[in-house]
Amino acid sequence: MCQVVEEYPDQLERADLPSVSKKCGKCKEASTAVVIRTADTYCRGCFKEYFVHKFRATLGKNRIIFPGEKVLLAVSGGPSSCAMLNQVQEGLNQNAHKKLRFLPGIIYIDEGCAVNQTVEERQRKVSELQAVFKAAGFPFHIMPLEQVLDLPNSVVVAAPSPSEQLASTYKAAVDHFIQAKRSNDLTAQDQEETSVPYVQESHTQRLQQLIGSAKTLTAREDLLNTLKQHLLVHIARSKGYSKLMLGDNCTRLAVKLLTSISLGRGAQLAQDTGFSDSRYGDIIVVRPMRDYSANEIASYNHMFNVPCVVIPSLNTKTPDRASVHCLTESFVTKLQVDFPSTVSTIYRTSEKLQTAGRSSISTNLCDRCLLCMCTMDTAVEKASAFQATQVSTQLSQAKPTGSKNTGPEQPTASGQCCSGAGTEGCGSGVGCCSSASVKTPDLKSLLCYSCQLTIKDMLSVEHLPAYILSEAQRRLRRFRMREDISEFLLDDGDEGGDV
Amino acid sequence: MPVLCSACTEKRAVLKRPKTGHSLCKECFFWAFEEEVHYTIVAAQLFKPGETVAIAASGGKDSTVLAHVMKLLNERYSYGLKLMLLSVDEGITGYRDDSLETVKRNQEQYELPLKIVSYEELYGWTMDAIVKQVGLKNNCTFCGVFRRQALDRGAIILKVDKICTGHNADDVAETVLMNVLRGDVARLRRCTAISTASEGEGVVPRCKPLKYSYEKEIVLYAYFKKLDYFSTECIYSPNAYRGYARTFLKDLESIRPSSIMDIIHSGENLCVREGVKMPVQGTCKRCGYISSQALCKSCVLLEGLNRGLPKLGIGKHHRLHDKILSQQPLTEKEERKLKSVDF
Ligand SMILES: [Zn+2]
Ligand SMILES: [Zn+2]
Ligand SMILES: [Zn+2]
Ligand SMILES: [Zn+2]
Ligand SMILES: [Zn+2]
Repeated sequence: MCQVVEEYPDQLERADLPSVSKKCGKCKEASTAVVIRTADTYCRGCFKEYFVHKFRATLGKNRIIFPGEKVLLAVSGGPSSCAMLNQVQEGLNQNAHKKLRFLPGIIYIDEGCAVNQTVEERQRKVSELQAVFKAAGFPFHIMPLEQVLDLPNSVVVAAPSPSEQLASTYKAAVDHFIQAKRSNDLTAQDQEETSVPYVQESHTQRLQQLIGSAKTLTAREDLLNTLKQHLLVHIARSKGYSKLMLGDNCTRLAVKLLTSISLGRGAQLAQDTGFSDSRYGDIIVVRPMRDYSANEIASYNHMFNVPCVVIPSLNTKTPDRASVHCLTESFVTKLQVDFPSTVSTIYRTSEKLQTAGRSSISTNLCDRCLLCMCTMDTAVEKASAFQATQVSTQLSQAKPTGSKNTGPEQPTASGQCCSGAGTEGCGSGVGCCSSASVKTPDLKSLLCYSCQLTIKDMLSVEHLPAYILSEAQRRLRRFRMREDISEFLLDDGDEGGDV
Repeated sequence: MPVLCSACTEKRAVLKRPKTGHSLCKECFFWAFEEEVHYTIVAAQLFKPGETVAIAASGGKDSTVLAHVMKLLNERYSYGLKLMLLSVDEGITGYRDDSLETVKRNQEQYELPLKIVSYEELYGWTMDAIVKQVGLKNNCTFCGVFRRQALDRGAIILKVDKICTGHNADDVAETVLMNVLRGDVARLRRCTAISTASEGEGVVPRCKPLKYSYEKEIVLYAYFKKLDYFSTECIYSPNAYRGYARTFLKDLESIRPSSIMDIIHSGENLCVREGVKMPVQGTCKRCGYISSQALCKSCVLLEGLNRGLPKLGIGKHHRLHDKILSQQPLTEKEERKLKSVDF
């Protein structure tokens, strides 16, 4: 009968038609303006109160942002990050109840080059956003994604995190902030007029070449996310911010969680989808919108005229099956229609997970993936999916030992590289493999499981930004050095604190 | 120009491996497939020499290939295992008769002893009779719960040390997805384990030697080896929600063939936050089988069937367990709630 033995007794409940009652479920007076899930109906006033309260409560509960701290809001122009910006504005309002007490700034990354927008189109979007940012009254930074080509190596090196921030230090910071406040009035801050840096056409081309070198949309999206993340962290660092706020909402995170699972990123799920992510050490990523559904945000933005700017992304106008990301998104969206608890259920899963990283944050570079900077997940036991895949690949290439050709292992000379002509296709044979592999480093050993998949989907890694390639070379040199002297090292693991 | 096998580089390739994309000849594919299972068995230390191992045989492709490969590897590498086949007869007219015939043919081919345990002899109910009472909507709940226990009971009758099941990589990946969709962290953590230790009395340790074998490669193996199997999906409709997960997995695989392994890798590396409540495994007060409640699922289902209250085991009615155990009658209101079943 059924192949799978585990039983799943209670079916998830299917969607019932909402029975909309006329009155607000909260105050029972005003008439309903919004329906969040079937049970919750709100009038305009109560909805705003509920929405605003949730934002403060999320930040308050997690106590991760210190008073007076500089916080960089990543605003993409989409509904979710614009609602986040709006909430920060509301919260900093002089007469707000439970006022927010951090110092916000805004970053917008112009990804126009990834979707082949013209310079004019990009400029137009940028000026639309500029207007929104000016109205918000916070300092803002606008960066073209091309900037990622000029990042320093330090970006992919996790900086040591400032000492554990405990509840007591939080309180001290509050006191300090209240005292310091009088002299340093928030509203007096002048906006930094950042005109759009001039983008060199050659930079745009180089970046497009890099994105184009990924053969699949899945790899392209993964790579783009990674690069964008690097740029965000770099800007936060160089402008003196210590927190980076992302606008990921609950719906987005549910999709992200399922995407991450599908891409082999199980070990880093908690960081990818949790409230905070400390993989970069000194810059902590925070997701204050994670308790809102996409619907709630859309209703709020609509009702309270929160401005948004539509920005096309890499997977706009692509079919469902174009990439793992697209497929997962459409899968979750469709399932949510039939089973309205889908998103919240997946999302709750993320709260029960934690990062696999052994105990504290290790500063040992070799433990971190060169690209996503998560703790490496490839040093697994023999009986594992990772090892099983390696074995499968070996068995499909090398000669099965014991059959006709007796010499069991003589792979290097002719066999290894060019023999798999069927798939690899380096056909003609004249020094085909050797020449290419010398210049570009073999990144595999420096990458986590999932980033290896991304790189595997790339025609070549030579278009990767210099900061990644040179850091790779540096790590490989360290590896080799370590190997050479391994017999003299007494303590393994400790790298002598080099960063 | 014919494509040459990428392993021996001599013979003509007859297939493209779904798992790795390599083109292989028949012999090299057989070799790779078998060696991978062997690697898994050795790496995960699934068996000890001298053990008696029951292969859960349904007559389907997975268990047929499992039986074939287990017998072959046991001889090739002298595992020293005593193998036998264990089948469950759920009592489904048409479906089971045919598949049991297949199992019986396998028994002769592989010269392995076969034991068939039936729902009827274990529970007093055939699946046909159950479906008559509970309808088609929930029958897979029964089928899953009863099957799990039936294998254990059969294994105990046969006095085997372990049961190996035909779960393949697709099944495991699908279960990971299912558990994420259902937010079931406890199962999510357990479902990628390749073997389960004996969790209590009446439970025989289980393992999945085909855990890293792709379903498509299992079919390819059976096809080229001309193995005889019975290929029919369960005639009573399978769990609809699992169907979504299955379709999603197939779509993922078509985008990136390694997805199946990638999901298993994810599952193997998940970490559950400390302090998240995990159900405590105890034993059933009636039959002694493992259960996190006073009564195991199977006993609750049976009670429901015998009392004509099929919904008893389908919803969550833990409060009623004590009543059932002490044989107290249910109130009229409780009865009414448990009786109606929509077909
Ligand atoms: Zn109201
Ligand atoms: Zn990585
Ligand atoms: Zn061959
Ligand atoms: Zn069934
Ligand atoms: Zn029981």
